[in-house]
Amino acid sequence: MTSDLFTYTLRLADDAAILGQRLGEWCGHAPTLEEDIGLANVALDHIGQARNLYSYAGEVEGAGRDEDQLCFLRKEREFGNCLLVEQQNGDFAQTIARQLFFSAFMLPFWRKLTGSTDETLAAIAAKAEKEAAYHLRHSGEWTIRLGDGTAESRARMQDAIDLLWPYTGELFEADGVVERLVAEGVAVDPETLRDEWRATLARVCDEATLPLPPEGWMQSGGRSGRHSESFGHLLSEMQYMQRAYPGMRW
Amino acid sequence: MYTQALNARDTEAGAVEDADRVAAFQARVDAEEKIEPNDWMPEGYRKTLVRQISQHAHSEIVGMLPEGNWISRAPTLKRKAALLAKVQDEGGHGLYLYSAAETLGVSREELTEQLLSGKAKYSSIFNYPTLTWADIGAIGWLVDGAAIMNQIPLCRCSFGPYSRAMIRVCKEESFHQRQGYELLLEMVRSSKEQKEMVQDALNRWWWPSLMMFGPSDTDSKHSAQSMAWKIKRFTNDELRQKFIDATVPQAHYLGLTIPDDKLAFNEESGHWEFGEIDWDEFMRVVAGNGPCNRERLAARNKAHADGAWVREAALAYSQKRADRREAARHAAE
Repeated sequence: MTSDLFTYTLRLADDAAILGQRLGEWCGHAPTLEEDIGLANVALDHIGQARNLYSYAGEVEGAGRDEDQLCFLRKEREFGNCLLVEQQNGDFAQTIARQLFFSAFMLPFWRKLTGSTDETLAAIAAKAEKEAAYHLRHSGEWTIRLGDGTAESRARMQDAIDLLWPYTGELFEADGVVERLVAEGVAVDPETLRDEWRATLARVCDEATLPLPPEGWMQSGGRSGRHSESFGHLLSEMQYMQRAYPGMRW
Repeated sequence: MYTQALNARDTEAGAVEDADRVAAFQARVDAEEKIEPNDWMPEGYRKTLVRQISQHAHSEIVGMLPEGNWISRAPTLKRKAALLAKVQDEGGHGLYLYSAAETLGVSREELTEQLLSGKAKYSSIFNYPTLTWADIGAIGWLVDGAAIMNQIPLCRCSFGPYSRAMIRVCKEESFHQRQGYELLLEMVRSSKEQKEMVQDALNRWWWPSLMMFGPSDTDSKHSAQSMAWKIKRFTNDELRQKFIDATVPQAHYLGLTIPDDKLAFNEESGHWEFGEIDWDEFMRVVAGNGPCNRERLAARNKAHADGAWVREAALAYSQKRADRREAARHAAE
């Protein structure tokens, strides 16, 4: 039980931390000043969620690891984030598509997790739900603007959707960890979120005049630590300080 | 973050202005009334403000780059969040200041164009590189500290929108400054290696921070008019001295050595005396030959060019929406 809860919480923490890390890369380089601020805000929400989730995971584990040890001192194969969040920023359309797919899932996910029998997860979910609603609105509005904007923006938005679509299947994966925790009333069964997720995307993409790809073949592996090649580079940058100066206070 | 005292003024327009209006304007300024965007103002006053406010805005925007350089490598999640929030604040200051400048009749697009073409200046401090994590603390402590010295008097600037912007900006800068100092305090207390990193950062940032106050009063030709207009309240040298007096004890509290052999406390004056600033370096960096000038402008230009299609799309979409509303209105009639 403890180990399942630890794994589950850690995966959620990794999702948030890695997406926050990617979004932070935009700061100072966004298409408009408003987006420099907006994307930093979304990044901050994810870093905040990661801190709460890592701290709780450390508590559940009971081995004395804190948020920073869990984030900065684990290796590639130990990270359980989904592949979607680690995908590189690409152009602005790719960043927006990644966020749309993720937030359209996370909004109903957090809403449902507020009913978890685990009080800490339920409390974290209550805060994260409000944030996810904003992230979905932000990425949804940009998807519509780009899809229904110029010929170039439409092509880029469509490319981004097509490129990232195969990474959405993993959001709905449920292994033994998830199944056992769902049975306990701790976790959310992702399959129960599929209809809402699809309806959200259909609404946004319809207004954006963009067709959604067919279901098709889906990527998998993140939850069991098989990541993209670019992921190791993300970690080597993110973990540099803790690796170069072990055991110091910052 | 901060505009350095580069603000030149334009006097040529003043010659043809109505002497009575100029006198009435000056009387309002002398009476500490705030000048608002729709009030009459001398052309030189307007131009000086546009230049100063836009330089300040550009400095905020370019200042996001050296600090942004460490967001992806912050040593802890707490520090990462604080740094992201700080850089985000700088962007907010930039927006706020561009808006203040727009009240004077220039557009953000024009001002951005001036920055990207290299025509407009921004604070030269951001042409220095952030090489270690301690630099992030040093920027908060020294660069934001110097900015606060400059900006607190600007809260009383005669131009209303700038003054009000500064009140808000100063609150955030003060938080940034404390955040930077606290970061360094944690480092110097943690290990010898970290303390050396902090000392190295101080060695590199000290003199450029002093240069932020601009040329010495004897070489600053434009201070007098700005003082009369109450855009400026203290001279460059006065502000620099205030900064040094406030900062030296803070450095000592951290157990650091200020990289200045001539630094000595003068009991009589109650001020810290300091060595000669390398004004050649200052002029060289302002003129474009600092370690990162080209990099900074290239980064801003790249972001602008890469984002062009996004801005075009947003415009096209909003035009389509307006057209559809118009068409729907016609159809309904």
